[in-house]
Order: sequence, then C-alpha cells, then structure tokens
Amino acid sequence: MSDSPTILEVEGLSKYFGGIKAIDNVDLDIRQGEIVALIGPNGAGKTTFFNCLTGIYKPTAGDIKLSDPRNGKSTRLNGKKPNKITEIGMARTFQNIRLFPTMSVLENVMIGRHCRTKSLIFGAITRNKATRIEEAQIIERSYEILKKVGLHRQVNEQARNLSYGAQRRLEIGRALATEPFLLLLDEPAAGMNPKETEALVALIREICAEGHSILLIEHDMKLVMTLSDRIFVMDYGKKIAQGTPVEVRENPAVIKAYLGEDVDA
Amino acid sequence: MFPVKELKRSALISLWFAFLTFPIMVIKVDPIERIVHWRWDNMFFIAFGSFVLSILAKVFMIQKERRASRKKRKIAAEPLIQRIAREPRFLYPLVVACFAFGVSFPFLFSTYQTNIMTTALMYVVLGLGLNIVVGVAGLLDLGYVAFYAVGAYSYALLNLNFDMGFWAVLPIGGLLAAFLGVILGFPVLRLRGDYLAIVTLGFGEIIRLVLENWNAFSQGPSGIANIPRPGFFGMEMTFAGGITYIYYIVLVLVVITIFVVNRLQNSRLGRAWLALREDEIACQAMGIDKTKTKLIAFSLGAFWAGFVGVLFAAKTTFVNPASFTFLESAIILSIVVLGGMGSIIGVIVGALILILLPEYLRALSEYRMLAFGAILVIMMVFKPEGIISNVRRSYKFKGTNTPEGEIHE
Ligand SMILES: Nc1ncnc2c1ncn2[C@@H]1O[C@H](COP(=O)(O)OP(=O)(O)O)[C@@H](O)[C@H]1O
Ligand SMILES: [Mg+2]
Repeated sequence: MSDSPTILEVEGLSKYFGGIKAIDNVDLDIRQGEIVALIGPNGAGKTTFFNCLTGIYKPTAGDIKLSDPRNGKSTRLNGKKPNKITEIGMARTFQNIRLFPTMSVLENVMIGRHCRTKSLIFGAITRNKATRIEEAQIIERSYEILKKVGLHRQVNEQARNLSYGAQRRLEIGRALATEPFLLLLDEPAAGMNPKETEALVALIREICAEGHSILLIEHDMKLVMTLSDRIFVMDYGKKIAQGTPVEVRENPAVIKAYLGEDVDA
Repeated sequence: MFPVKELKRSALISLWFAFLTFPIMVIKVDPIERIVHWRWDNMFFIAFGSFVLSILAKVFMIQKERRASRKKRKIAAEPLIQRIAREPRFLYPLVVACFAFGVSFPFLFSTYQTNIMTTALMYVVLGLGLNIVVGVAGLLDLGYVAFYAVGAYSYALLNLNFDMGFWAVLPIGGLLAAFLGVILGFPVLRLRGDYLAIVTLGFGEIIRLVLENWNAFSQGPSGIANIPRPGFFGMEMTFAGGITYIYYIVLVLVVITIFVVNRLQNSRLGRAWLALREDEIACQAMGIDKTKTKLIAFSLGAFWAGFVGVLFAAKTTFVNPASFTFLESAIILSIVVLGGMGSIIGVIVGALILILLPEYLRALSEYRMLAFGAILVIMMVFKPEGIISNVRRSYKFKGTNTPEGEIHE
C-alpha cells in the first residue's frame, strides 16, 4: 500500500469558530486504495474536518490537495465550492443523516448522478434522444448501486420511511453515484445493530475492493480496528496520534484521550 | 369522550373572539340620531359560532390523528384523483374530455363567460409558472407580479414607441422577464426562506413604484391605453371575435405550459429542484450547483409571467401600475399553495377555484380577501399539502437485471 500514490494531502489545517479551535493544525494523508479511520472523542473536530474537506466550511488555515488517481491530476481544494469538490471526485455521507426525505429511494441515488450527466432545459422539454439515453443510464446505474447497498426492493419507497440502518446505506449509495475516488463516511455505523454493522463492514470492503479509497469517522472500535489500514486520532482539535491499528491501540496518548487520566484501567 | 380540557379551550376561544369582534359587531353608532346601538345578539352568535367551530375543528383533528396512527406502517391510501392520474385508461379520456370542453367553451357560453374563463386560464399559466419557483424549487417568491408587469409593459411600450405587434413582443416579453429574473436572482438567491421572501416582496413593489413614478417612461399612474389586440394576418375582428381569439391563444398557452412544466418536473433538472427544496447542503454535497439550479428555476418562472403579461396587456388593451400590486402576487401564490405545491393538476384546480368562484359568487366578492385568508388558514391546518398533493413518480424494474423506468405523466 505504501507505494500507491497519495490522493489526499492535508497540511496544517485549522478551523476556528470564534475562540474555539475546532481543528488546530492537523496533517493527514490518504493513499490510493486505503481505508483510513479518523477517530477521537465527541467534539474532537472530526465532523468539522470533513466539512472543511468538502467545502461546506472555509478553513481558517491550511492546505488541502486532492489528486485523482485515474488521471493523476491534482487540485487545491481551498475555496472551492462543495459541488465542485464532489465533481472532482470526493463524496461524503453525513453524521446526522441528510437524505431527501420525501423523494424516493431511487431518486435519492439519481440525484447523485447529477454531476456526471448534463441535460438541461432544452433536453428536458424536447426529451431528445441524447436525453432519453442519459436518463435511462441514470436509472440503470442508480438501480445497480441500490442492488449493491441492498435497497433495490425499496426503490419507490420514500427515503424517510426507511429504517435507520437502511438510510445510512442509502446515503452511501447516493455518494457512490457521484463516482468518487475518495469516499468520506461520517459515523456510518451509528445507530446500527450488530447484524447491520456486519453487513456494513462487508459493504465497505466491497466498495474499497472496487477501487474507492475511504476515509471514515467511527466510534465502533471493533469496526475501526478490523477495517482500517491506518488510523488518525484527534482530540480537542489536535491530531494526537497516527499509525496502524496496533500502533494506535498501544499509544499512551490515545488511551489517555479515551479513558481520561485513568491510564491503568 | 371529548376531553373537558378542550371544552375549556373552546370556551376561551369563543370569549376571545367575542372580545375581538366587539367593536365592529356589537357597537353600531348612528351618527344622525347620535345614539349607539348595542347589538348583543351579534355577540352571542359570534361566541356561540366560534365555540362550535373550534370544537368541530378539534374533533376533526383528533379523528385525523387517530386515522394517521392506525395506518402508520401501512402505505397511505391514494386519493382518488391520483389513482385516476396514474391510470392511463382513465387519464387519457379525462384529458381529452377536458380539452374538448376547453375548445368548445366559446361556443357553449356567452362572450362574457369566455372572457372570465380567459382570465382564469391566464392565472392557470401564472400559477404553473410560479409553481416551478415556489412549489418545486422551494423558493418563496412574493414579488412574482413584477415579472408579470414587465411582460405587460413590454408589449405596451414596445407597441407605443416602436409599433411592434403582439406576436413579435410575445417572446420578447417572456425573455425580458426572464432576463430580469436572472439579474435579480443572482444577488438574491443566496438568501434563504424568509429573507428571500422579503427581498422579492420589496422587488415587486419597486417595479410597481418605478412604473407609477417614472412618467416619461411609463406614463405613470394613468397607464397606457389603446393597446391593440393580437392580430390574425391583418384580419379585422369583431369585439366578440377578438375575445374568442384571445381565449384560444391562452388555451394553447395553457396546453404548452402544462406540457413543458410536466417534462421539466420529470427531468434531471426537476429532480435537482426538488432535492434543493428538501436539503440544500446535501444537494451541494451531491454535486449540484445550487446557484445555477435556483437561477434556472427563478428565471423560468419569470419567463412564464412575462409571457402572460403580454397576453394580459393585449386582452385588456390597457395597462397601469394598479394592476400589479402585491395583491396579485398573493393571489397567484394562494393558487399554488391551495392547489398543492408542485402538483400540476392541483395548481389548475386551485386557479379555477380561486378565480372563478369570486366571479360567480358576486355576493362573496366583497369578502374575497377575507375568504382567501380563511381558506388558506383552513388549508394549512387540515391539508397542508394542498388540494392535490404531488406524488413522486414510481419506477418498475422487470426481473433483476434490466431496469425499465415506467413513466407516469
Ligand atoms: N458551526 C459551528 N459553529 C460553532 N462551533 C462549531 C460549529 N461546528 C462545530 N463546532 C464546534 O467544533 C467542535 C468540534 O465539533 P465536531 O467536529 O462536530 O466534533 P466531532 O464530529 O468530532 O464529534 C465542537 O466543540 C463544536 O461545538
Ligand atoms: Mg461528528
């Protein structure tokens, strides 16, 4: 893995909210094909880190560089709009699920195809051949993705009627529809039962095997330890450790952050 | 049984109403005799009426809640109208019947009726146009009438100054309105919800005030008269013939609008609008250009208003700023909200109800605004999704491998 190209390079990223240093000078890198986990106690700044990467927040300082492994083109993400960043090839899911609640399951995924298709007013009105072909492809691709995340039996169900675990999987499906080379998952297993979590682990492995690299925030330590190639640990906005699962597990700073002062416990 | 708490609440409501309406319903000053009539019986009726109404409303709500909780996990029964709309067997004959009725209308009814129907159909188009902006894309535009005014004045002024004909101005009016929509939309569409509503409201008033005060340009409050009706290859037409002719032009426009709006809604763009209405941040994270998508919705809506504006000027042969007050925006918005946000059939029904009812119930027309308000409040309480709610299109997939989108229109 160590010889694959770096696809995401974050240097000295900081984000302040007034006096709060939600992220304080954090470096992070991801190489092609890796599953990297970002862990840390609640309020450590993980979600804020995702929001800075995806352009929802403007970082106070730092550099974010994304390189497409498919063509080697690299782009500086600072100041780019969220939709541009998705177009370049980085998609995400949300910790507090943000589906389109009254749209159907299929349509939610079809929205993900938006940035890879282009018909506009003229195509919509005339419904010319190119538009019809494009629309059919959108439907076909979306259906395939739904099969992958196991929701193809509920295509016409409104997204808000899905179970919690299914909604999380739909978010992953929707993000996949944008054809990202890097997928950011914010607590994908939150609220899932053990069986659902197991299915999720299999799904993440499958997605990774298909060539997507993954950066994931997760509190479920078992999941993190089994899935990740490398782990970054944050606490109070600072990066306090990084390394393989084994290294991180034995790192005293990490144990301290998770268990407080009581290191022996 | 009906809870005592609710009875108390209803009693309080009736007291409050009696108190509020006291000055207008009870006291009546006779300025000639210089005496005051105390109409206590009115107060009694109001107190009693509001008491009964509030209990009825509560009973209705309780039942609705019960029904909703009973079939929580089950799929809600589809309303009749949607089942009809879904089934081509019923839908096509219905559409043909409506269309046949529309075409034969001028022959069946008087010129006066035809004229009223023309107005109603113009509001159908306006409603469908605003529906794109408010119903589908979720941008609360309270200044829609401004674009309507731009269309009307385009025809009036281009005709007055350059002697341009109706057919030449029709597309120009639409384009000018759309252009204005882009210019206004660019800075304004980054605002959300209430802020957008206030700014568009202000914009609508600005346009009206400009038309009212810039005498050299628009001839001020006196307006522009003697605007020619649309010509038909230079043929001379009787008054009644002219009205019938405009009726057909508007009817064709209605058909075109329904066709276009329906296709837009069921397209990549239409989906993006819906998604934008539901969650802006998720939308952007999915790669949708928020500004561009909103701008398209806003200017498309404006385009339609401009179009109808030209027709309006041609129909009335006279425009002045008084035709483009906020009231007009409010009526069009009521049509969309009442009919059902995002639903084409709903908007058509809403427009026909809101425009035709006051015309035929002349007695009611004085209380028109009161009735509007009451209807809207009642709708928001009992059926917030409108008369006919928008249903998402459903897809069928045959077998497991070959998806085949089934299109319901
Ligand atoms: N929009 C915001 N405005 C102000 N403070 C924020 C904002 N977003 C996050 N924060 C603060 O930043 C810190 C990190 O939050 P977050 O990134 O959500 O943590 P995590 O995802 O690791 O649990 C918290 O103290 C939080 O209160
Ligand atoms: Mg978080």
